Amino acid sequence: MDEAKIDQVIDKHHSKAGSLIQLLLDIQEESGWLSKEILERVSEKLQVPLGLVQQTATFYKAFRVVPKGQHVINVCNGTACHSRGAQHVLDKIGDLIGIKPGETNVNHSFSLESRNCLGHCALGPVVEIDGKAHSIITLDEVNDVIKKYE
Amino acid sequence: MAKIKSPEGLEKFRQELVAGLDPDMPSISVCTGSSCLAFGAGEVLAAFKAEVAKQGLEANVTTKAAGCPGFCERGPVVVIYPEEICYLQVRPEDVAEIVSTTIKEKKVVERLLYTDPSTGEVAIHEYDIPFYKNQKRLVINNNIKIDPRSIDDYIAVGGYSALQKVIEGMTQEEVIEEIDKSKLRGRSGSGFPVGFKWESCHKSSGGDPKYIICNCHEGDPGAFADRRLLEATPHTVLEGMIIGCYAIGSPMGYIFVGDEFPQTVENARQAIRQAEEYGFLGKNILGSGFDLTIEVYIDGGGYVLGESTALMASMEGRIGEPRTKYDHGTDRGLWAKPTVLNNLQSWANVPFIINNGAEAFRAIGTEESTGTRVFSLKGKVNNTGMVEVPMGMTFRELIYDVGGGIRGGRKFKALEAGGPMGGFIPESLLDTKIDYEEMDQVDLAMGPGLLVIDEDTCIVDMVKFFLTFLANESCGKCTPCREGLKQMLWIFDKITTGRGEVGDLELLEEIAAVQQEAALCALGQGAAGPLLTSLKHFREEFDAHIMEKRCPAGVCKELSQNKIYSQAR
Repeated sequence: MDEAKIDQVIDKHHSKAGSLIQLLLDIQEESGWLSKEILERVSEKLQVPLGLVQQTATFYKAFRVVPKGQHVINVCNGTACHSRGAQHVLDKIGDLIGIKPGETNVNHSFSLESRNCLGHCALGPVVEIDGKAHSIITLDEVNDVIKKYE
Repeated sequence: MAKIKSPEGLEKFRQELVAGLDPDMPSISVCTGSSCLAFGAGEVLAAFKAEVAKQGLEANVTTKAAGCPGFCERGPVVVIYPEEICYLQVRPEDVAEIVSTTIKEKKVVERLLYTDPSTGEVAIHEYDIPFYKNQKRLVINNNIKIDPRSIDDYIAVGGYSALQKVIEGMTQEEVIEEIDKSKLRGRSGSGFPVGFKWESCHKSSGGDPKYIICNCHEGDPGAFADRRLLEATPHTVLEGMIIGCYAIGSPMGYIFVGDEFPQTVENARQAIRQAEEYGFLGKNILGSGFDLTIEVYIDGGGYVLGESTALMASMEGRIGEPRTKYDHGTDRGLWAKPTVLNNLQSWANVPFIINNGAEAFRAIGTEESTGTRVFSLKGKVNNTGMVEVPMGMTFRELIYDVGGGIRGGRKFKALEAGGPMGGFIPESLLDTKIDYEEMDQVDLAMGPGLLVIDEDTCIVDMVKFFLTFLANESCGKCTPCREGLKQMLWIFDKITTGRGEVGDLELLEEIAAVQQEAALCALGQGAAGPLLTSLKHFREEFDAHIMEKRCPAGVCKELSQNKIYSQAR
């Protein structure tokens, strides 16, 4: 994301320091993640110390300070899915692609996230890949689902 | 669309809308709540549109992308009007048959109807299905009839009539008095009287402008009722907020909602745009001279943001850490101005109270807990979904009459209410009523999520799950919460991997007690809830883990042998 575009988003929020979270969300929407350059530019434009911008970017769960993989796997680990075995599904996916929740694999093909409640409790355990929900009934299905995206 | 300039204008517009609708015209409502969409409702809706066109019925049949009626378990849900025939688990391949049989020949497709698993009885209409029949739906009753993205649909079923009534002839004080008389209490779980809060803010000398916030943060891991409600009927929430702002005298309102729910955010934003276009928001609302702006505020994510001071800190652009409450939010809230922060469900109840009067609202529920409550019911229960039940109903009735009992005929073990800051109750306490005081007596919190667990779920594992969640979500500001949770989790790790020892439970209780006393905010104080209630009611299961190195439910991997982990749904 180039500087002009970042500035554009910041201007849209009237360069107000109080809009820090909203404008970071908007920037991330465009760029997919928040690079060091982005944070530096935001700090400079808003006249907010870089440390504070970094604090915000790492405090809130919505922000990513590392790039996302091509496919994002959200495993719902809300109470309902958890009671139906979501942790085992999460472990199995982690083993398959070799990363832990919150990480992205080396070739950037997958990011794995453990999420609270995706709201599809009737389908649980639920794995959402690139926004499409998959209901996992037996652990064997995990292989088939992941294969579709490889 | 020209702005509607007066309450009379709105009434006229509504009458025109209703007159333009043919009540006998067949209408196909497909639930497009996020759960049904995940089940493939989008394809079903497209198939209906194509089939209606193919059979040349476009002029005589409407197809509607409707809001969520709550029966997520059997999605996608389709209701055919005017007969109100309810079809469940509809697939695109069923569509042609429904159009030919039900729309054209006026006959039902039996295999898509609800069949009671215990009696074998078939229910044709939505209102015959026990799941719906045993609910009391004041807020969510119109969801399946209307498209949440259409303000006209909402107006046609009587929407914005409460706003009309208020503008037509109620003073600010009268509105507050009506809410006060209804005994509506905060639906976030605290149960604080809504009318009292409004009045404090209205009278506050804390300066102008005053703000109102609708809390739809819902960070609870396993609750989806609030966001589904906003998604399915955004105008109800908006109408409640507009009335609240009018009563309090606030020119600015915010809907605080998580970024993880794109559909909810989209519907809320669209509702605001439409309300502005119709003149229900903006300058001089319905000719009253009252101005109001409402915005959606996307939160950055994090459970702690549900706490009022953390929420406001976050809205001011800072990190969401709670602070001690020296002042009430109604005196010094957002930007240090008087602020009313209410849960989404509190706002959603307002139009009903204004339309029907406080008496009608108070007639539902118990003496001190009035009205209804919308829950997300889930876990090992037959009917997962969004349910609205009257206060005063027992949990047994809720689980067995509305929820249809325990999945797969398994044995009920516990009910968890209130999420990570709530608690568990065993079978013997299931006759507890849904009522703030009664629930408090058995250490349950009035959260939006109800989780049913059966004998195949390990209580120790569930508590560990909550502690893991809270430890990750703790903001880290105060020591009892940051360190206490870490230590408790460490002990749980020992217990669930066969390294538990005598004295662990006592130590857990000690840490929990300190945390309850000394943590800064509700997150830290409430964190001990699931632990203490489960120790009270299910201590023998903890003992089995520690003394016998055995997990009776067969969930804890290290303590189980050859157990198949992922249960069939």
